[in-house]
Amino acid sequence: MKTYMRPMAGWWRRNPFYLWYTLREWSAFFLTAYALVLLFGLVQLVQGEAQYAAWRASLATPGALLFHAAALLLVLYHAWTWFKVMHKTLPFVRVAGRRVPDRAIFAAGVLSSALLSLLLLLWVLA
Amino acid sequence: MNGKITKTIAIECLRYDPQTDAAPRYQTYEVPFTDEMSVLEGLQYIKDHLDGSLTFRWSCRMAICGSCGGMLNGVPKLSCESFLRDYYPEGVRIEPLNHFPIQRDLAIDQSDFLLKLRSVKAYLIPEAPKPVGEGTFLQTPQQLDDYYQYSKCINCLLCYAACPQYGLDRDFTGPGALALLHRYNADSRDAGKAERMELVNADEGVWGCTLVSYCSEVCPKGVDPARAVNQNKVESTKDYFLRFVAPRRSK
Repeated sequence: MKTYMRPMAGWWRRNPFYLWYTLREWSAFFLTAYALVLLFGLVQLVQGEAQYAAWRASLATPGALLFHAAALLLVLYHAWTWFKVMHKTLPFVRVAGRRVPDRAIFAAGVLSSALLSLLLLLWVLA
Repeated sequence: MNGKITKTIAIECLRYDPQTDAAPRYQTYEVPFTDEMSVLEGLQYIKDHLDGSLTFRWSCRMAICGSCGGMLNGVPKLSCESFLRDYYPEGVRIEPLNHFPIQRDLAIDQSDFLLKLRSVKAYLIPEAPKPVGEGTFLQTPQQLDDYYQYSKCINCLLCYAACPQYGLDRDFTGPGALALLHRYNADSRDAGKAERMELVNADEGVWGCTLVSYCSEVCPKGVDPARAVNQNKVESTKDYFLRFVAPRRSK
């Protein structure tokens, strides 16, 4: 029987849901890039004080600031989407025989992550 | 049709005749409608009054047979539980479900799914045969809850139309069949898990899923297939590592 198969090219642009999904996947790229920049800084620290200072100076350039601002936004979005689907990756969580609502798992994830980030920030600033 | 008809809506249908068309085309119909008319009733109006050659599948008209799924303005939906009033005045574009070959107009060839459904052994495989005389299998409410939502699948294939991974690689077992696989694996009366794990672990199994999770979004029955698939990523990982400490049960 003759049938017609529609092409998939550009599928990620066809539906807003796919667009957000594609952004979620790309946010992982920015997360990796940020980690590599940080790792490079660590390598520079081992090299000596002058190299470390040069690396820190390079972070103050407009390009580096722009990258870090974009990376921060995308990492926040990544975290949000991660908690949004977290309940799907877990076996059913039950407390006293009742299933914990998906929204509670999402809220617990977001709140604990916000709290830990805040504590880390305070520790670094102190 | 009840009530006084004062409005018409544009319904744009994908048309494809395998005997004459090299590629699909679109045809728009002006359909008079009332507020209680579903999109499916709009299609039936076209077939009865405007163009008898329009081909589409339907049966129950009440969201339980799973026949009338289609892309409504690009979103997978059952046309029997979508209403024309919600698309007024812009109109609605109806296409066959994405990621399946088009047979004719709005009818797709779903045989790929049917083969997959067969492959997941979506039936109870008890530990040992239990004669009827010994009575029924008993389950606690919690044991029922472990699989109940997955048992509500009506095989409408909206989840396959929502899944870009299935569209990109049609070897992927896909959300619906994997949800039905899990429905039996999660059932306390079933002992067929070892047989089904091979399919879960395979390249075409749960690891083809990247948790787009649009399947769960469009499911008309609240099955949440993405959840079934991803719960099985945990199972698959356990299955992989546990073989180092405990031998697999022979099949």
